[in-house]
Amino acid sequence: MSTVSKDPPKKHLLSAQIDLSKFSAAQFEAATEEEKRQQDVMSESTTFFKDGMRKLFKNPLAVGSLIVLACIILTIVIAPMIVPYRYEEILSVDGKRDKGAKNLAPFTYSQMEQKYIDNGGERFPHIFGTDEQCRDYFIRVVYGTRISLSVGFFASIIVLIIGMLYGSISGYLGGRVDLIMMRIVDIIYSLPDMLIIILLKVVLDERLQFPSGSFLNKLGTSMVSLFIVFGLLYWVGMARLVRGQILSIKENEYILAARSIGASPARIIRKHILPNCLSVIIISTALQIPSAIFTESFLSFVGIGVKAPMPSLGSLANAARAGLQSYPYKLIFPAIMICLIVLSLNLLGDGLRDAFDPKLRR
Amino acid sequence: MGKYIVKRILLAILTVLIICAITFFLMHAVPGGPFNREKALSEATINALNARYGLDKPVGVQFLLYMKGILHGDFGVSLKNGREIAAIIGESFPISARLGIMAMIVALLLGTVFGSTAALMRNKLPDRVIVFFSTLFTAVPSFVLATLLLLVFCIRLGWVPVWSPKNQSYVLPVIALSAYPMAYITRLSKTSMLDALSQDYIRTAKAKGVSRFKMIFKHALRNSLIPVITYAGPQIAYIITGSMVIETIFTVGGLGSKFVSAINNRDYTLIMATTIFLAVLMVVANVICDLLYKLVDPRIKYE
Repeated sequence: MSTVSKDPPKKHLLSAQIDLSKFSAAQFEAATEEEKRQQDVMSESTTFFKDGMRKLFKNPLAVGSLIVLACIILTIVIAPMIVPYRYEEILSVDGKRDKGAKNLAPFTYSQMEQKYIDNGGERFPHIFGTDEQCRDYFIRVVYGTRISLSVGFFASIIVLIIGMLYGSISGYLGGRVDLIMMRIVDIIYSLPDMLIIILLKVVLDERLQFPSGSFLNKLGTSMVSLFIVFGLLYWVGMARLVRGQILSIKENEYILAARSIGASPARIIRKHILPNCLSVIIISTALQIPSAIFTESFLSFVGIGVKAPMPSLGSLANAARAGLQSYPYKLIFPAIMICLIVLSLNLLGDGLRDAFDPKLRR
Repeated sequence: MGKYIVKRILLAILTVLIICAITFFLMHAVPGGPFNREKALSEATINALNARYGLDKPVGVQFLLYMKGILHGDFGVSLKNGREIAAIIGESFPISARLGIMAMIVALLLGTVFGSTAALMRNKLPDRVIVFFSTLFTAVPSFVLATLLLLVFCIRLGWVPVWSPKNQSYVLPVIALSAYPMAYITRLSKTSMLDALSQDYIRTAKAKGVSRFKMIFKHALRNSLIPVITYAGPQIAYIITGSMVIETIFTVGGLGSKFVSAINNRDYTLIMATTIFLAVLMVVANVICDLLYKLVDPRIKYE
C-alpha cells in the first residue's frame, strides 16, 4: 500500500468538480424510488439471437410463412390420427372391396358407401376424393407432404453435417491441405449435379440392398439412395461457405488468445469459430430445404423418386397427369402443397437472412 | 488472361473426363448384362455376343474403347431398340436446342426488363407486382406449371394443339421452361440495377446533366447486366434438366424426353451416352460464360 496523504489533492483551477467538503449531510436528501427509476435508462440486455428473432417477427412475410408451415406440419401430424384410412389402403366397406370408389370427386361417396351410410353406418368423408386405385386421396397427399418435407429436412441436415466438417477442417488447417481439399470441391462443384444425381439414383436403386427388418430396409432403398445422393453432391456449396467464413473469423484476436493459452484446434473450431458463423450456416440450411424438395419432386416426376405405393408430392402430381382431363383436382392438391411449402420456406429463409446476417446490418 | 483461359479449359477437360468415368463405371455397376432376356440365351450365344461387342475384355479396356468410340462420334446402340445412339441424339437434339435457346432468350430478355423496371420504380406498384410474381414463380416447380398450362390452354380452351412441330406449338413449352429462370433473373437484375444506380458514376452522369434515358441505358443497365451473365451458365444447366420434364409433358420428341424414357426403360447405354453428351454441353457452356464474364468486366481479377 502506498502512503495516503491527509491533504486533499490540489484542485485544478479550471476543474468543475464539486468540493464535497463544503456541504453537510443535511443538505442532501435521498432520491425517491421514482427518481431512481428515472435514472434507469439501460435498455434490456439483448443477445444476438434475441435481437435476430425480434427482427424476424417484425417481418410480416416471414411470420406468415412460419404460420403456414406450422399449419402444414400440424396437419400432417394430426391428420393420420383422425382419418381412418391408410395411404396404401384400398377402400373397402364392411370388409368387402369397394370397386365403385374409383376416382371419386372430393366429399362424395361411392354407391356402396352411400348404401352403407343409408343403413346407418358411418363413413369418414373423402376430403380430396379418391384416386384411380380406390385409395383415399387426402391421406395420400398428407403422407406425400410428410415424405417430401422429411426428405428436404434430412437431406439438408446431411448436407449441413458433411459440409460443415469438411469446410471447417479445410478452412482451419489452411495451406496445402486447404488447397487440395478445395480442388476436390471445385471439381465436384463443376459436375452437372442433376445429371449425376439421376445417374446415381438409377444405379443405387438397383444396387442397394438391406437386411430385411432393419431400419434402412423399412425406410426403403429409394429413400436411402435419395439421401446418399444428396449427401454426396450437395455438400460442396456448404463446405465452401463454411470455409470462407472460417478464413475470415480465424484472423480475429480472440482466436489467437485461445491458441496462446493452449486450446486444441478442435476446441477452437467448436467453441469459437462455429458459433460465430452459425447464422450464415442456419440461413443457407433453411434455403437448402426447398431446393431438396424441388429435386425430390423432380426425381419422382422423372420416375426415380420414392417407390410406389409410398407417395411423395412429386409422384402424386406425376400420377395425376394420366387423368388430367377428367380429374384436374388431383394435380391441383399436391401442386398447391409443393408451392406453399417451397414459397414459405423461401420467404422464411429470406427473412432469416435479413434478421441474422450481420453483413446486412445497418 | 491467356493463362487463365488455358487453366479454365484444362479444368473443363478434367471435369469432362471425370464425368465420363463416373458415368461409365456407374452404369457398369448395374446388375445384369445387356443380353439378359426373359428367355435365357445359350451360353455360346452370350459369349459370342460379348465378344462381338467387346464385353469380354476387362472393364478398364472397355472404358478406353468406349471413349475412343465417343471421340469418333460413336455412342454405341440403344439397348431397347438397337438404334444408333448418335442418330437418336442427332435427330432429337435440334428440337431440344431450339426449345432451350428460345426459353433462354425469353428468360434473359424479359428477366432484365422486369428486373430493371422494378429497380427504377422501386416501391411503386409495378415493382410490387413484379416482386410478387417473381417470388411466386421461384416456388412453382416447372412440371406443375407445365401441366397447368397444358390443362388450361390445350385441354380446356383448346387454343393450342398439344404438340406438332410447328412454331406455335413451342409457345407453351417455352413459357413453362423459361418461367423459373426468368423469375430468378428478375430478382438478380433488380438487385444489380439498384446497386448500379447507387454508384458514383451515376451521380457524375446526373451532375453532368445527362438525360434520364441515356443515364439508364448507357450507364446503369450496361453495368447491371454483368452479374446476369454469371448466372447464364448455371441457367443453361437448369434449362437442360428442366427440358426433360417439359418435353415429357408436352410430348415434344426432344432429347430430354428421350432421356426420361430411357431412364424409365432402364436403357443403360442410352442413359450413359445422353448423360455424357448433356454434361459436356453444360461444361462447355459454363466455360464460355466464365470467359465472357471476365471479358466483359475488366475489374475482375484473373485467378
